[in-house]
Amino acid sequence: MGTYVPNTESQKRSMLDTVGVGAVEELFASVPKEMLVDRLDLPEGMSELSVRQAVTAMARKNRVYDTVLRGAGAYRHFIPAVVKSITSREELVTAYTPYQAEISQGILQSIFEYQTMICTLTGMDVSNASVYDGATAAAEALAMCRDRKRNKAYVSACADPQVIETMRTYCFGSEMELALIPERDGRTDLEALKGLLAADAACVYLAQPNYYGNMEDARATGEIVHAAGAKFIMGCNPIALAVMETPAACGADVAVGEAQPLGLDAAFGGPYLGYMAATKAMFRKLPGRIVGQTHDVDGNVGYVLTLTAREQHIRREKASSNICSNQALCAFTAGVYLTAMGSEGLRQAAALSMSKAHYFAAELEKIGMPRVHTGEYFHEFVTKCDSPEKVLQALDAHGILGGLPVEGGILWCVTEAVSREELDRAVAVIEEVC
Amino acid sequence: MKLIFEKGAPGQHLTLMPPCDVPEVTLSRPRTEPLDLPHVSETELTRHYTALSKRVHGVNDGFYPLGSCTMKYNPKINEDMAALPGFTQVHPLQPEETVQGCLEVLHESEKLLCEITGMDAMTFQPAAGAHGEFTGLLLIKAHHVHRGDTARKKIIVPDSAHGTNPASAVMAGFSVVNIPSGEDGCVDVEALRAAVGPDTAGLMLTNPNTVGIFDKNILEITRIVHDSGGLCYYDGANLNAVMGVVRPGDMGFDVIHLNLHKTFSTPHGGGGPGSGAVGCKDFLRPYLPGPVVVQDEAGYHLTRPKHSIGRVKDFCGNFTVVVKALTYILTLGREGIPEAAKNAVLNANYMMKRLSEKYDMAYAGPCMHEFVMTLQDLKDETGCSAMDVAKGLLDHGIHPPTMYFPLIVHEALMVEPTETESQETMDQVCGVFLSLWDLAHSNPQALHDAPTKTPVRRLDEVGAARNPVLRYTGE
Repeated sequence: MGTYVPNTESQKRSMLDTVGVGAVEELFASVPKEMLVDRLDLPEGMSELSVRQAVTAMARKNRVYDTVLRGAGAYRHFIPAVVKSITSREELVTAYTPYQAEISQGILQSIFEYQTMICTLTGMDVSNASVYDGATAAAEALAMCRDRKRNKAYVSACADPQVIETMRTYCFGSEMELALIPERDGRTDLEALKGLLAADAACVYLAQPNYYGNMEDARATGEIVHAAGAKFIMGCNPIALAVMETPAACGADVAVGEAQPLGLDAAFGGPYLGYMAATKAMFRKLPGRIVGQTHDVDGNVGYVLTLTAREQHIRREKASSNICSNQALCAFTAGVYLTAMGSEGLRQAAALSMSKAHYFAAELEKIGMPRVHTGEYFHEFVTKCDSPEKVLQALDAHGILGGLPVEGGILWCVTEAVSREELDRAVAVIEEVC
Repeated sequence: MKLIFEKGAPGQHLTLMPPCDVPEVTLSRPRTEPLDLPHVSETELTRHYTALSKRVHGVNDGFYPLGSCTMKYNPKINEDMAALPGFTQVHPLQPEETVQGCLEVLHESEKLLCEITGMDAMTFQPAAGAHGEFTGLLLIKAHHVHRGDTARKKIIVPDSAHGTNPASAVMAGFSVVNIPSGEDGCVDVEALRAAVGPDTAGLMLTNPNTVGIFDKNILEITRIVHDSGGLCYYDGANLNAVMGVVRPGDMGFDVIHLNLHKTFSTPHGGGGPGSGAVGCKDFLRPYLPGPVVVQDEAGYHLTRPKHSIGRVKDFCGNFTVVVKALTYILTLGREGIPEAAKNAVLNANYMMKRLSEKYDMAYAGPCMHEFVMTLQDLKDETGCSAMDVAKGLLDHGIHPPTMYFPLIVHEALMVEPTETESQETMDQVCGVFLSLWDLAHSNPQALHDAPTKTPVRRLDEVGAARNPVLRYTGE
């Protein structure tokens, strides 16, 4: 059996003597006897070597693809070596939430830096210290925009279905209404939106680029939303932010998104990172931790968790959200990643992803798989495909994870991590079976 | 210490990616605002973040008795397993037959944790404890709504509860009924009896409770709630005291959340990622967030429960955190799980006994895995508060206990040593605690001035909130 209890039997005996009981079981005297567990139906404990073998055997049952052409909410981008080297430092990994600021300056400063980076990426005024992921960030954003008279959220049907589903679940809790804005040619139907917004409209959520990879007319959307007196929430891919109009420029009141592309592994879905940023007018409604700069009694600059009067441990049932733990180490990772990339590096990653995606789309069109939608897109796109099963199986046989089957075809994704040779190979494989 | 934005020089960068080998494409409406990310060399980058990490107190930097947070040692094998490319390089939307290992991790973890907690089903989608509370409360809501019993709008919460409990209840659309604790810190059974009724959706409770005491009336408490038609929610923050000894399911709870980052040894990352797994009894299984893992002859599959409340998060939650917890459970096994709980309780009682030489305990022992001291008398006598003692500990390389929680105890310090601390460490730490008690009497100013050996000293929190500076602006 494995154990992490350091004390020897004689030490335990001496401790029991100090406490004044004969056996540790006496300390559980308040537990009703009939409830005590006799014997758990668990396997016997194992040595480290045996556990390593057992868990590694599970990992081996997964397929790791050499080439990934699938995104749809989780992306395999290139991660610089420094990122993991830094983020595996055990002080950071093993610390708790920075309640004791004097011995937590490293975490607090890193979050302050992360907040600054999210602000420059999005153009927004204030960022929080992160939430669980892009879907919960979107769901929390809806709640930020709600008030007594405005209880209805309008969500683009072109948003990621998992994000929409998460928002619906949160609305089942909060009893906020949620309505979908219909899609037209892979984009949010803005004419329909104009007709939908009424006096009870709290907010509109738009994904940019959207689930199909298409660029939306975010500026026009923002104007329609504000004309109706509602708040405008944009859910943005953080790598695309390096090259696209910022949510601030498009008039967003709240910007959120899935920050997994910023240095985090796909890792079967988590841990990821939800970023949230808002305008000055809205920032006090942000949920969760926020780090602020201050100074100590000697006048030295330092950092603390601040604006805590919004939070559950002070406000309890009147808090703006229940969030407590967030994804601090993931936010730290995103900070290291963005530092390693720098402004030029991030632009390059965005440009490479976008350009390669367009190259791949053009090559697919040549072999009879044209895009389903028209107009601009970032690094994802949907192509027609008569037999997606056949195409994906053929790619699979060559170590390539093809795009995701969606209604009307296949949703592809290309990042900078995929080389031109890999794309050419994928095209050749597809051509053979089509 | 300078911010990363103040280091390096424009033009400094790492060499990371090749030039573009396909025709370049740009957007017709490009970004026009400047993008002000840091500009540093790889050397500068690693030095900066290494320096930051040295300004953090982790579990391996010293004793960390943060009550209700269970800061036990985080085994290294867990990290190794979670870093296997067979887990980290898997896309969450891969075909089911290519992720059988991931599904096995989830299925095995569900089986083992259900056995430990006395539950029938479990989801790993919630990312943290509060997220688990929200999810569990939605299961309760779905149960009542599905039966057409829509009058059940109230969640009962003891006044000793963590702030997330009432906050989660409101997010789930309930109103909160706070009930006072008895003099022993446990649920006031008569107050509970008076609070339940046809509008009771459920009760949220930790047991052992927030003052470190196992509520001996637990069966009566859960019966009172069930008799009123409500359900019982177990906040698993304190499971480390009783895992393998007594099970929430046997106490009468219908739904629970676990903090895998507390009880099951996964590290907390300076505030996450955690994992707030939610377990439930069979009758709540149809409402679980989807997808859940099921097994048949062909292998593991993901399905959506019949009346699912829907997703609470992308994909299947903080997956690699679950890998770490599973590694831990497999290591400890049948004997190691209760052994950990029993030693956590022994360690807490040992420290409680040693500290009660000078400090006042809020409640008489024995305690479970943690105990609460009240420094009200010390403050009255010397002017030194719980905060002052906590700050004094910082100068000795000790992370202070949880301060000013639970709210029902004045000048509270909540101490949770966990089972992974040795007698030598606790003896040394108790010596420091006792010396600070003496210092409060002999030189209270020294404690008011603490800490003096930390990278920064006491920070102006009021000023930070009054004039919020929430990002670097270059000014």
